[in-house]
Amino acid sequence: MARQFMKGNDAIILGALAAGCRAYYGYPITPASEIAHAAALHFPALEGVFIQAESEVAAINMVYGTAGMGIRTMTASSSPGYSLKQEGLSYIAGAELPAVVVNIVRGGPGLGNIAPEQADYFQMTKGGGHGNYRVVALAPNSAQEMCDLTMLAFDLADKYRNPATIMADGITGQMMEVVDIPEPHPVPYDHSDWCVRGDAATRQNLVSSIYLEPEELEQHNLKLHAKYQKITQDEVRFEEYRTDDAELLIVAYGVVSRIVYSTIDQARAEGLKVGLLRPITIWPFPSEAIRRHSEKVKGILAVELSTGQMIEDVRLAVEGRCPVHFYGRCGGMVPGGKEILEQYRTIMAGGAH
Amino acid sequence: MSKVFEQPHSLYSEFERKTAGSKKTTHYCPGCGHGNVHKMIAEALDDLEIAERSVFVSPVGCSVFGYYYFNSGNFQSAHGRAAAVATGVKRANPDSVVISYQGDGDLAAIGTAETIHAANRGENITVIFINNAIYGMTGGQMAPTTMIGQRSTTTPRGRSEVDHGNPVRVCEMLATLPAPTYIERVGLGNSKQIMKARKAIRKALKIQKEGRGYSFVEILAPCPTGWKMDPPQARDHLLDTMEEIFPLGVYKDISDEREEHSWDRLSSPFEVEKRHEYLQAMKTPLDLEPIELPTDLNCKFAGFGGQGILTLGLFLAQVGMKAGHQVSWFPAYGPEMRGGTANCSVNVSRERIGAPTVEHPNVLVAMNQPSLEMFEKDIVDGGWIFVDSGICTGEPDRERLKVTMIPAAEIADKVGTPKVANVVMLGALCAATEMFPADYVKDTLKVIVKRQELVDMNLKAFDAGWEFVRKDG
Repeated sequence: MARQFMKGNDAIILGALAAGCRAYYGYPITPASEIAHAAALHFPALEGVFIQAESEVAAINMVYGTAGMGIRTMTASSSPGYSLKQEGLSYIAGAELPAVVVNIVRGGPGLGNIAPEQADYFQMTKGGGHGNYRVVALAPNSAQEMCDLTMLAFDLADKYRNPATIMADGITGQMMEVVDIPEPHPVPYDHSDWCVRGDAATRQNLVSSIYLEPEELEQHNLKLHAKYQKITQDEVRFEEYRTDDAELLIVAYGVVSRIVYSTIDQARAEGLKVGLLRPITIWPFPSEAIRRHSEKVKGILAVELSTGQMIEDVRLAVEGRCPVHFYGRCGGMVPGGKEILEQYRTIMAGGAH
Repeated sequence: MSKVFEQPHSLYSEFERKTAGSKKTTHYCPGCGHGNVHKMIAEALDDLEIAERSVFVSPVGCSVFGYYYFNSGNFQSAHGRAAAVATGVKRANPDSVVISYQGDGDLAAIGTAETIHAANRGENITVIFINNAIYGMTGGQMAPTTMIGQRSTTTPRGRSEVDHGNPVRVCEMLATLPAPTYIERVGLGNSKQIMKARKAIRKALKIQKEGRGYSFVEILAPCPTGWKMDPPQARDHLLDTMEEIFPLGVYKDISDEREEHSWDRLSSPFEVEKRHEYLQAMKTPLDLEPIELPTDLNCKFAGFGGQGILTLGLFLAQVGMKAGHQVSWFPAYGPEMRGGTANCSVNVSRERIGAPTVEHPNVLVAMNQPSLEMFEKDIVDGGWIFVDSGICTGEPDRERLKVTMIPAAEIADKVGTPKVANVVMLGALCAATEMFPADYVKDTLKVIVKRQELVDMNLKAFDAGWEFVRKDG
């Protein structure tokens, strides 16, 4: 097996190359810049395009242009830069273009800091741009998944003609792990029926998100809505660890799921029946799986690098069937296993908040 | 006899995409300049035989509905972003002919950055800039090109220099850049000007067709509705007033100096085989020779920036990888790396790794006093600690921990350079923990040390650290 020891950020580009991405447009920002460095190195070597754009806004609009040509393309940034891309994401979703956008989340709000956080959950999963649209959001928790989920993101983007995004925290971007080098696969989509390539075959096509007449725009929105429902039905991905007999279910994603994973066996050794459910897709959210658990467990604990964002989706899934607890650190502080274990003990002993 | 007057084929004969009103007329107001310019572009596309591969980008402004009219590939784009979208289009297919058609608000206010940088990159696109000194579509507000004293719905008392600045002269600005090939300002004030405008548009598109680079045509155009004038008045106003602020002429033309280029299309993904070979060549060249570990290693390496702390972590992680185990390396990243102390966490594990951060290490390497003070207390009972005794003044708890005091920097200096103090530490670590045989680690170093001329130095440093522990222990 060909393996490489690499940063999560570099693994994003490994996945992109394997997926047949041909153009990268980006703007430097810590802690996402290694993605642009890798793209600058590798894309031209494979006759692809790399441009360091003048702004995040320009980068996402270059993506709009290339995506409209029916060619796999991407951009990546970190939180403040991702905020700037929201305008473009709304247009890309509105024009139904396939594109991949990566967010290596740092501390906010405002300039915040460059340390890891997950406080972009809302802007990744609920939109942030204008209008009725959704973007697929995948949450890797290892360098291997940075590669694999990037490949998946390209496939989902093409399959649904919609942006697919990666939300990773600064740790998952910056840490190095062993990655199995993926086998590239052919791109099985022909977009001739809608894309504009600057040739006779696609001359009559139009890439646009404007529908001047309210009747038409309503129909367009309903069409998009139906697509999002199908994604919600078919594309939910999650992982479970020791949930079968769990009395306390922990819901955590990204690097937090790794820390929680380390604590589960320890907690079990103390006789605390805890299990982990890790959303791999944060949109669509694994609501149904959480609902099923909520009928059996005594409580659910959401752990996040935020002051409480994903917990809102957990509560919506639970609909009051069991208590939902929260533990979060923010500002770049990352909880240790010890303090998370303490939460289990308190909750299992009847303390709730 | 052939027809002399004919509608250009690059415009639709009926405007099927138009939703309101007649499908035979445009949505533009009487006396507006857009219709003239559309026709001139279409004629040029016909004559240059590039209509089939042309792509028209219409951003927000009165020309947002360019796709009603142009029988070409069409992109509608966000306000101000046309030049960026055009860049994405052109780079994806350099064989296409891309026209970014923008108004003054779009190009010179909200899209200034995109305009300047597309020009500065010398994108092989054609930008058509309609300057009518007003926001037409949104209701006659001040544009970046609105003239001093000109009334608009947002300058009801006239544009004042003090409050709103002066009109922006885009041709003059762009002409200072080395990359653009051709920049001209023309007008639609009378038939002579219109003839010149037609010529300029044709020239700009020809430059693009031949791959000679970025072309930009600014067109002073009347907006009778926005200016609250009738069409003849508007034409007079254009001639009398606008030309004074925006002089017509060629601002730059180096098309003769630019060679012709043609490109292949990029329209299909890389061949799978080619991608496969490229990716396989990236692999870390370490052949697997599994070694069983008596225990997992959860390491913290800490010291000053510049002591090779992060590299020490990388080396150990790669030894662990070669040995067939799960490994992770996580740096405390950011400004602290650049200035004062650096630290990283490394896990070498027989099973799936949970937290990549190391809260309670069983191995600590402290290469300065602050690191010793910060992390010693976190080490698990019975864990290993390696301290540079030449730098640190403190003494670790020998009751609780397996302590190695080693003057790593001094030893490294004797080997040849203090820079390999980190590898001296690696030697000490491997000797004391008895996790990996010396030859095994040295074989790994031979592969992973990037600069081949430094391999020998690193091997010597490793041996020195190893022997220090073995002699001492």
